[in-house]
Amino acid sequence: MNQSAAIVDIRNVNYAVNGRPIFAGLDMQVPRGRITAVMGPSGTGKTTLLRLITGQARADSGSIMVAGQELVNVRRADLYVLRRRMGMLFQNGALLTDLSVFENVAFPLREHTDLPERLIRDLVLTKLQAVGLRGAAELMPSELSGGMSRRVALARAIVMDPEILIYDEPFVGLDPISLGVILRLIRRLNDALGITSIVVSHDVQEISAVSDLVYLLSGGKVAAKGTPQQLQSYPSEIVRQFVGGLADGPVPFHFPAPDYFGELLARDGVS
Amino acid sequence: MKLLAELWSSSVESLVGLGAVVRFLLRLLVDTPRALLRPDLIAQQVYNSGALSLVIIMLSGLFVGMVLGLQGFQLLQRFGSEEALGTAATIGLVKELGPVVTALLFAGRAGTALASELGLMRATDQLSAMEMMAVDPITRVVVPRFLGGVIAMPLLAAIFSVIGIYGAQLIGVQIMGVDSGSFWSQMRASVGLSDINEGIVKSCIFGVMCSLIAVYEGYHATPTAEGVGRATTRTVVTSAVVVLFFDYLVTAAFL
Repeated sequence: MNQSAAIVDIRNVNYAVNGRPIFAGLDMQVPRGRITAVMGPSGTGKTTLLRLITGQARADSGSIMVAGQELVNVRRADLYVLRRRMGMLFQNGALLTDLSVFENVAFPLREHTDLPERLIRDLVLTKLQAVGLRGAAELMPSELSGGMSRRVALARAIVMDPEILIYDEPFVGLDPISLGVILRLIRRLNDALGITSIVVSHDVQEISAVSDLVYLLSGGKVAAKGTPQQLQSYPSEIVRQFVGGLADGPVPFHFPAPDYFGELLARDGVS
Repeated sequence: MKLLAELWSSSVESLVGLGAVVRFLLRLLVDTPRALLRPDLIAQQVYNSGALSLVIIMLSGLFVGMVLGLQGFQLLQRFGSEEALGTAATIGLVKELGPVVTALLFAGRAGTALASELGLMRATDQLSAMEMMAVDPITRVVVPRFLGGVIAMPLLAAIFSVIGIYGAQLIGVQIMGVDSGSFWSQMRASVGLSDINEGIVKSCIFGVMCSLIAVYEGYHATPTAEGVGRATTRTVVTSAVVVLFFDYLVTAAFL
């Protein structure tokens, strides 16, 4: 992959929370115009990676270039300029609960543009049509199902025509039909609008169906990188455990604990 | 020795906390001019904090006034000066009970609503979502709520006092038989502008304090059900203590 094709370029990034290292020397390149998946066991810092890419958290060292903007030590104003070119879909949708579906999607337009009301209406209805929820425009977020909220949030994320669209665990807690809808939308929006998609997930099947490139994170590093097909036969224990869904392996079943029998006997007063 | 060390660390902790609140207030003030460009958002919050608190404020004002009328009448009758009831009730309401009781009710009604709303917005990622849409949640969400409370509080206190005076009159004049003419004329003669000013100054200060505490606690709530609950409780408790403390300070300053 050549340099100019990568819209997100992460080099040698270190990041620690309360002295506990999350990433140590992380390298990752996200190609422009593709769907890149970030997978990994729970607690490997997938969501933290998104926070770094979106500037919600600052890396301790290294370099994170997003659409030509360096994010380590970025100024707040520059970050806000960059964020207008990004869309993000939060896990639960994060719709503004005091606004209707229509107003939620119109929110970024009203905040950042002076477009006439008629144009805003057309833009919002177009985006809602794209996610199949034009008919729900007047509903309140509390009246939507989980899958519908996520689709509205998706409409809101694309209303400013972003270059990068980021999905945080978009498949969690969805019924098979809603899941199919979201999967199709991710692919269709990516291809139709020519945007770059980054999907964080641990649903191996779903992600394999939709992504062009997969990064598997483990222990704060990239454990594997390749197409979904390449990952199926990747020569690594951790990848085999993760893709195969095995309970024990490099990621142990047991949380670190003192000796089992010793602890049981100690409780019974036997030394 | 250990006690001293604990005392020291806890006072350092509260000073740090106080510093954080003051810094938050400064940030709100810096963002205020930008928020003023959106008067519709502020009006909405004046409605939320003010208009929606009206019923509880008016009811409480009426009852507090009625109690004042009753107690004041009993006391003044002993000295044969029932006519001073109007003065006594009005001074008590305008200078003291109006601002203080309104502030306590405001903290319980509007303050908790603000804190839990902001806390839940934080817990459901709404504030992060705004940041991701390049919209500063402080300017868009927090400052209008803060200003709404600051504007609503003195208005509510004034309404409380007026209704309270009416309540005192209802008991004193209509039921206990104090002469209506002397009730009003004594009141007008002896309640001065400085008394009213004191009430206004107090309610403005309480408005800033209660709104600041509510938005601070809500905005910084731990994003869990328990965290939002704790933020709401702290809003009421802190507001009550701060209101009574500043009540004493302002009263002393006006002597």
